[in-house]
Amino acid sequence: MGANRALYEQVILEHNKKPRNFREMPDATSKIEGFNPLCGDHFMIYLKMNGEVIDDISFAGSGCAISKSSASVMTTLLKGKTRSEAEALFASFHQMVTSSPDTVIDEEKAGRLAVFAGVREFPVRIKCATLAWHTLLSALDGKNSTVSTE
Amino acid sequence: MATVTPSAPATPPRRPPLSAVEIARIRDDFPVLHVRRHGKDLIYLDNAATSQKPRSVIETERHYYEAQNSNVHRGMHYLSEIATSAYEDARMKMQRFLRAPLSCEIIFTRGTTEAINLIAHSYGRPNIREGDEILISAMEHHSNIVPWQMLCEETGAKLRVVPITDSGELIMEEYEKLLSPRVKLVSMAHVSNALGTINPVKEITAMAHQHGIPVLIDGAQAAPHMVLNVQDIGCDFYACSGHKMFGPTGIGVLYGRAEMLNRMPPFMGGGDMILSVTFDKTIYNGLPYKFEAGTPNIAGVIGLGAAVDYLDSIGMDRIAAYEHELTQYGTQLLQSISGLHIVGTAREKAGVLSFTMDTAHAHDIGQILSEQGVAIRAGHHCAQPLMQRFGIAATARASLAFYNSREDLDALSAAIGKVKEVFD
Repeated sequence: MGANRALYEQVILEHNKKPRNFREMPDATSKIEGFNPLCGDHFMIYLKMNGEVIDDISFAGSGCAISKSSASVMTTLLKGKTRSEAEALFASFHQMVTSSPDTVIDEEKAGRLAVFAGVREFPVRIKCATLAWHTLLSALDGKNSTVSTE
Repeated sequence: MATVTPSAPATPPRRPPLSAVEIARIRDDFPVLHVRRHGKDLIYLDNAATSQKPRSVIETERHYYEAQNSNVHRGMHYLSEIATSAYEDARMKMQRFLRAPLSCEIIFTRGTTEAINLIAHSYGRPNIREGDEILISAMEHHSNIVPWQMLCEETGAKLRVVPITDSGELIMEEYEKLLSPRVKLVSMAHVSNALGTINPVKEITAMAHQHGIPVLIDGAQAAPHMVLNVQDIGCDFYACSGHKMFGPTGIGVLYGRAEMLNRMPPFMGGGDMILSVTFDKTIYNGLPYKFEAGTPNIAGVIGLGAAVDYLDSIGMDRIAAYEHELTQYGTQLLQSISGLHIVGTAREKAGVLSFTMDTAHAHDIGQILSEQGVAIRAGHHCAQPLMQRFGIAATARASLAFYNSREDLDALSAAIGKVKEVFD
């Protein structure tokens, strides 16, 4: 399966099957909807902020394996992180998935997000990988309109 | 040019069904079907999105630019004469293809979308007012929804939607109920692009006509797959796209009954659609030119004529019979895969196999299939309201053409096996 084996890394498939923090959060301090009208990926991101710190984060909705696992991995990385740490993580994630496929991945810096490097070979899937993150950033900014990839 | 009334089409002698040998020969007519993926010919099952082009269509366009290129209906010179003649020949080919009574009832547009917009503009705007209704179905493509929404917004008319069953068939009793005196136009797909349902367009038209309501049929997905006869259907307008029927992109056809078209104002203003222009008054040209402003897509029109010739050489009746058998074969194959659900199971169906899988999202299915060298479409198929009707975000869709074979469907089935290997 060549390139697709790289795209559908085991970690991605595992998070797709058993997404973490996959629940609604009735006492969220903010929640925001993310939508990719082209493919119908549709998630709700819930945040419970304690000042600058993300006390709790969860998501609900449906989408492809890439978007769902990306949301799941994101929630596992951000619990307990500050707003600026989350923004920095997104910046490096975004840089990685939009880099040229030949760029060597700094595995240490990318950490658990390195499994998404495969999307670089499939430009249409970059939006899948970043949907939850874009949605999160809007939630952190206190916006409350739906985030769309288009 | 004067309109030409064709003599009644002669009934062609019955030809044997399309054989595997003939299909193999047909595939050789389509250069793109020999694009290699992973050491094998690519398997193209995305025909509802666009069809591939036979060499004769490609060569006809090339020949036009190499030996005929000129503007039509203008020049006195040699090239203009042959370009005009080739352009008008193509009109007559489309006339015969649709069994339209008059060649002037064939209007060339950019595609089905433009044809529908033409009707919304030239029929809708003058005739539809606040409180009127336009009737469509729940299985329409966005191109047969949005132009009417725009018209409704402008006029204050209402868009009404005929519901469908879980198998994807129009509920005719509901249609009957919706046919009130307020309805000023019925516009429905002949074949659903996302489900494959073949709608009973003759009955739909007859019922609307009983109430004096004109009918537009969106034939984009029907034209490549079946024998068409607009006189038998009885509809007032019929639209189709060249690129879905093995012709070039950027060209399509609107058939309209002359009586209707003559009463309608032009769609766009410009050259070719006028008889005379002064700054005080412009006199519009007659049919079909009234609706063909500006230099048309001449190469596209002539290429479309070549596509019609190609289809005629095989026979739409044989194509329909072959695809019917192929669709049944594909349906059985997919039905035997656990965790796979076919969306759209109408009794009358064209070669569209739309499906979802329990463990894999449509886009993941499409991605893995592509890596297996099988091209399908994944998404909402420009029919988001239909997806909402079925409570899904997207489907994977394999759509057939006569150059597809049982082997293509076996490869599809095997590739879906790979999807299950990855995701189950």
